[in-house]
Amino acid sequence: MLSLKQRRSLNTLLMGVLAWGVALAIFFPIFWMLLTSFKTEIDAFATPPQLFFSPTLENYTLVNERSDYLHFAWNSVVVSFGSTIIGMMLAVPAAYSMAFFETKRTKGTLLWMLSTKMLPPVGVLVPIYLIFKDTGLLDTKTGLVIIYTLINLPIMIWMAYTYFKEIPKEVLEAARMDGSTLFQEIWRVLLPMSKGGLAATVLLSLILSWNEAFWSLNLTASEAAPLTALIASYSSPEGLFWAKLSAVSTLACAPILIFGWISQKQLVRGLSFGAVK
Amino acid sequence: MANLTIKNLKKSFGETEILKGINLEIKDNEFVVFVGPSGCGKSTLLRSIAGLEEVTGGHILLDTKEITDLAPAKRDLAMVFQSYALYPHMSVRKNMSFALELAKEKKEVIHNKVAEAARILELDPLLERKPKELSGGQRQRVAIGRAIVRQPKVFLFDEPLSNLDAALRVQMRLELARLHHDLNATMIYVTHDQVEAMTLADKVVVLNQGRIEQVGTPLDLYRNPANRFVAGFLGMPKMSFLPGTVTALDHSSVTVELTSGTSVTLPAASEHLRQGSAVSVGVRPENIDVVEPSESSLTGYMDITESLGSDTYCYVKTDGQETLTVRMPGNFACNYGDRIGLHLHVDECHLFDEQGNAVQKPSRLAA
Repeated sequence: MLSLKQRRSLNTLLMGVLAWGVALAIFFPIFWMLLTSFKTEIDAFATPPQLFFSPTLENYTLVNERSDYLHFAWNSVVVSFGSTIIGMMLAVPAAYSMAFFETKRTKGTLLWMLSTKMLPPVGVLVPIYLIFKDTGLLDTKTGLVIIYTLINLPIMIWMAYTYFKEIPKEVLEAARMDGSTLFQEIWRVLLPMSKGGLAATVLLSLILSWNEAFWSLNLTASEAAPLTALIASYSSPEGLFWAKLSAVSTLACAPILIFGWISQKQLVRGLSFGAVK
Repeated sequence: MANLTIKNLKKSFGETEILKGINLEIKDNEFVVFVGPSGCGKSTLLRSIAGLEEVTGGHILLDTKEITDLAPAKRDLAMVFQSYALYPHMSVRKNMSFALELAKEKKEVIHNKVAEAARILELDPLLERKPKELSGGQRQRVAIGRAIVRQPKVFLFDEPLSNLDAALRVQMRLELARLHHDLNATMIYVTHDQVEAMTLADKVVVLNQGRIEQVGTPLDLYRNPANRFVAGFLGMPKMSFLPGTVTALDHSSVTVELTSGTSVTLPAASEHLRQGSAVSVGVRPENIDVVEPSESSLTGYMDITESLGSDTYCYVKTDGQETLTVRMPGNFACNYGDRIGLHLHVDECHLFDEQGNAVQKPSRLAA
C-alpha cells in the first residue's frame, strides 16, 4: 500500500508525464515543419525521415524569389486586423445589450449565433461565391474582411458577453447616476473593467483570421490573397514540394506564433473565461 | 430646495406588479426611510426615483419639474449602492471626481470639492488607493463621498450598510445621521432593518407588497401603527399578537376574551366592532410584566429566556397556547418551564380588527 503522500506524488508525476506527452504531440508537427524547411527537397522525401541532415536556407531564398512574401503578409495583416477591429465594434455593443439588458430571448439569440458556427462553411460556399462575384468582392481585401468579421462575430460576442456578465451591473448604474452618457459608460467604465477579457477576444479573433484558409482560398486569387493562400500555392498539381511548403508555412506561422507567445499570459487568462480571478 | 413628489407610481415586471400606485411627498431636507420585508418594492421604488427602472405609470416630480422619463444622468440625484459599486480601475480620488469630470467642472473646483468630501469622511490618506485596497467601511465612505461631491438635490441610499459587520454598521449609522445634519440634504434611504429606519428617519415609509402601509415619524409609527403589519414590523423584539373575541363594548372601551379565557378591557373607539367580532390584541414586549401566577388571570409557562445583559427577553407560552415576548430587566431570572403569570399594560396595548386594521384609541380629550 502506498501512503497518501506517496499516492499524491505519484499522481503529480503521472499528470506531468501526460501533460508533457500532450504538449509534445501538439508541438511535434510545428517542430517537423521547421526542420523540413531547412532540408533539401531530396532530404525532405527521404524514408525513413531524417532527423540529422545538413541544413540549408535555399528553400527560403527560393520562396522569396518566386513569390512576394511581404505582399501576402501585408494582406494577412490588413484582413485580420480589419476584421478584428470591425468585429469588436459590433461585438461590444451587442454583448453590452445582451449582458446588461437581458430579455427572454437573449440566451436563445446567443445559442443561435453560435449555432451558425456549427454549419459546415462549404454548405454556403456557392451562394457566398455568387454574391461576392455579383458585388465585385472576389479577390478583394474588403471581401475577406467582411467574411472574416461575420464568421468570427458569434465567438467574439459570446466571449465579450461572458466577460461583461462578470461585471456588477451596479457599477454601470453608478456611472449612469454620475452623469455618464451611454458612450462614456462603455468607454470609461465598462471597457477598462473588462480589458483583460476583451484583449483575449481580440487575440483570438486575430489568430482565427490569420489562420483562416477555407474562405481565403476560395474567394481570392492573387491580389488579396493572404499567407494561407500562399502556403496552399506550394502544394500544386505539378508535384509536392515538401521543403518549400514547410518554408513558406514557417514564414506564415511565425508572426502569429511570436504574437501568441508574447501574449500567451493574457490569452490563457482570458480563455479560462474568468474562472481565475 | 428639493421637494420630491410621487404620484400614483406603478411598476410591473411582465405580469408581476411590483409597485401598485405609490403616492408620497418628500420635503426638503427630510431624511426618509423606505422600510419593508424583501420583495416589498422598496428598492424598486428607489430605483424608479433614480431613473434606473422605467416606470409603468404615474409621475415623479422634483420640485415642479417632471422627471419621470428623464435619464438618470439628468435628474441631479446621487445614489449609494449596497455593493458600493465603486469603479475598481480608478483611485479613490478618481472615483469621487468622476461625476465632476463628466460635468466638465474646472480642475481646481474638482480638487477642492474632492478635498472637502475627503475631509468630511476622513478619507484624505486613502485618496490615491484603489478600491480593492480598502476595507468595507472605507469603501462605503468612498461611495458616500462620490455622492457628496456632486451636491445633488437628493441622496438615494440603497441598503448602504447591509454589507458591513455589526459594529461598523452602528458606527456608519451614526456617521450618516451626522452627515444628514451637516449637509442639510434631502435623503432617501432604503433598508429592511427596522433599527436603521427608527434611528435615522425623520419620516418612515413602511412598504408591503408594493403598497405603502403607513407613513409617519418613527415614534408615531411605533406608538400608533395603522395596522398589524406595521405593528409587527417595527419594534425589536416583535410585538406579540393574541387572538380573541369581542365580548362587550362601549364608546371608549372594548372587552376581549382571549383564547386562554382571560378577558382584557382596552381603551378603544369601537365604531365598527360588534359583539362576537374576531380581533387581535397587540402587545409590545415592554408592555408586559412577568408576575407570580397568583397575581394574574393570564398564566402560562416560561419557554426560552435570552439574557442580553441590559435586558432579558422572555418567550412565554400561555395556557391558551399563545406565544408572547416579554422584555424584563437584565437581572431578571427565570427557568425553562416555570409557571408564571402575565400582567398586560392594557392602556399601551393595540387592538386590531379582523382585517388587521388598528382600532383607534379614543382621543385623550374625549376620554
